[in-house]
Amino acid sequence: MTYEDMLVQIVQSDDRVIVMTAENRAAIRALQERIGNRCIDVGIAEQTMIGMATGLALRGRIPIVHALAAFLTMRAFEFIRTDVGIGRLPVKLIGAVPGLLSEANGPTHQALEDISLLRGIPGMNVFCPADLDDLVMSLPTIVRDPNPWYIRYPSGQGMFKHERFIPGRAEVFGEGTDVAILTYGHLVREALDAAARLRERGYAARVIHVRTIKPLDTEVVLSCALSCGIVAIVEDHFLTGGLTSAVSELLTERKVTVRTVPLAFRERWFHPALLPTVLEHEGFTGEQIANQICRELQRDEEWFNAPFPNSVGIAPIL
Amino acid sequence: MIGRKRSRVELEFQALKVREHIIRMATDGGCFIGASLSCTDLLVYLYNCVLKISPETIRDPARDYFLLSKGHAVPAFYGVLVENGFFPAERLGAHLSVNDRIYWHPNTNIPGVEFHAGSLGHLLSVAAGVAMDIKLQRGENNVFVLLGDGELNEGSVWEAALTASAKELANLIVIIDRNSFQANIETERLIPLEPLENKWRAFRWNVFSTDGHSFDEMERTFSIALRQRGPTAIVAHTVRGKGLPSIERRADRWFANFTHTERDQLLRELHGSKQAELGSESLIVR
Repeated sequence: MTYEDMLVQIVQSDDRVIVMTAENRAAIRALQERIGNRCIDVGIAEQTMIGMATGLALRGRIPIVHALAAFLTMRAFEFIRTDVGIGRLPVKLIGAVPGLLSEANGPTHQALEDISLLRGIPGMNVFCPADLDDLVMSLPTIVRDPNPWYIRYPSGQGMFKHERFIPGRAEVFGEGTDVAILTYGHLVREALDAAARLRERGYAARVIHVRTIKPLDTEVVLSCALSCGIVAIVEDHFLTGGLTSAVSELLTERKVTVRTVPLAFRERWFHPALLPTVLEHEGFTGEQIANQICRELQRDEEWFNAPFPNSVGIAPIL
Repeated sequence: MIGRKRSRVELEFQALKVREHIIRMATDGGCFIGASLSCTDLLVYLYNCVLKISPETIRDPARDYFLLSKGHAVPAFYGVLVENGFFPAERLGAHLSVNDRIYWHPNTNIPGVEFHAGSLGHLLSVAAGVAMDIKLQRGENNVFVLLGDGELNEGSVWEAALTASAKELANLIVIIDRNSFQANIETERLIPLEPLENKWRAFRWNVFSTDGHSFDEMERTFSIALRQRGPTAIVAHTVRGKGLPSIERRADRWFANFTHTERDQLLRELHGSKQAELGSESLIVR
């Protein structure tokens, strides 16, 4: 079932649901024809779209808002925070072409801080599906949930059969204890590839598709931190405020320490190009992720095998 | 609808009571007094003669909606809600106290408040969403939203104005409290709005002007305006600080925090005694 089919099904089975967009129809081309006035296109006006979604929600509607991630979460941020957030209204925000998926558009269109911004709103939930199957199967649950949600619109059909969607529950692949790779969205594919390559090199890895960054699967994250040598966090987001931050907050709160390999963007936007080129250029292919982790694992071995005084347990400055 | 329930004398009496509430809130921490006094008569008129809403129907889907977008005028709003029985006057005594939720901007803990406000330029689009749902449900009720004129600096107002006319929201009525001031300065000296009526007309709204302090004139304007298929904008010409000559049309009396002596003088001034002698600091806010 496509995303558009699922939206039609939800609209037809629940009178409360309205789909809104700011003229971002690439993923919902025929929707207006299929559901008529239950699809409201406000034009290129993200703030008005969120304000209207708020008004509709005050009347008991459940708006599903589909717009470009960068403009939905940043142009309209204060409307989301002030109207949807303070009001704790059941508005479902779906941000298209987030992270690296904006490809060659350039920094104006790069949403690398969307998770940081939305995660910071009290009561807001954040879901980053791995692929379209993951999104489509999860939508009915999200629509039924009375809380506001932000969802990163993914790309690509299913890369594997997903587990039933439960907010706050991650998908776990493998039981390796040398490294846990925590990730979300389309990078799950690269993380699984990296894990396979690590296995070939003799390291046991597990991959965690966190699915909902908020609520975070604290049990799974803590068990990774406690049982794996290294926790790698791979995300197409700024280092500030995304999954790396969410994990750090959890570990700080629970007073747990662990060696980490964070792969995220630091104080810069990515070089605009088509996705395969960007992945390669920015170091996010499975092979490059595996190499980064290997470097850290080998440093680990060097450190433990090193003669006194390094072996007394003072961590080297890496 | 129009002219229901109250005579002009009764409306004027209620407006006096509301202004007393506002003056009482302008001490021990203060409030946005100038912007509240300018829309007091408008709110009294709306709640007594126009809005199909009562304390018993605040959850009725068929009620008229009123949204205060210039949230800082909340003392006037609360005063009108109190005088129309939405909640007891004693709660206003908890102004700025942690024992209640009566603070400088409206919130939905107070009966009769449809939605919180404070950040300018939000509630026209929220009102458009409410109006859109009523339209989809083929409801008969109207949605009223009160904007400040300074608030019209916000681009989101014009974005929503464009969308509301495109979507033919016939049940949406904007009222602009045209007191000709924004926070600390006359609008025409900072970001001129004139010709204001023409701007709304150019956005394909019905446009009317009225005297926001004359109940007779509001009666004439609203009775014609509400017969139109909207969206409709009513520019209500008002006076900042209306009712207290000692602070009327004063740029520095948007917000005020008076001493108890000044408050008592202002209450007498409201009822026609000589002007209060105000020594309190004039505040430039924002």
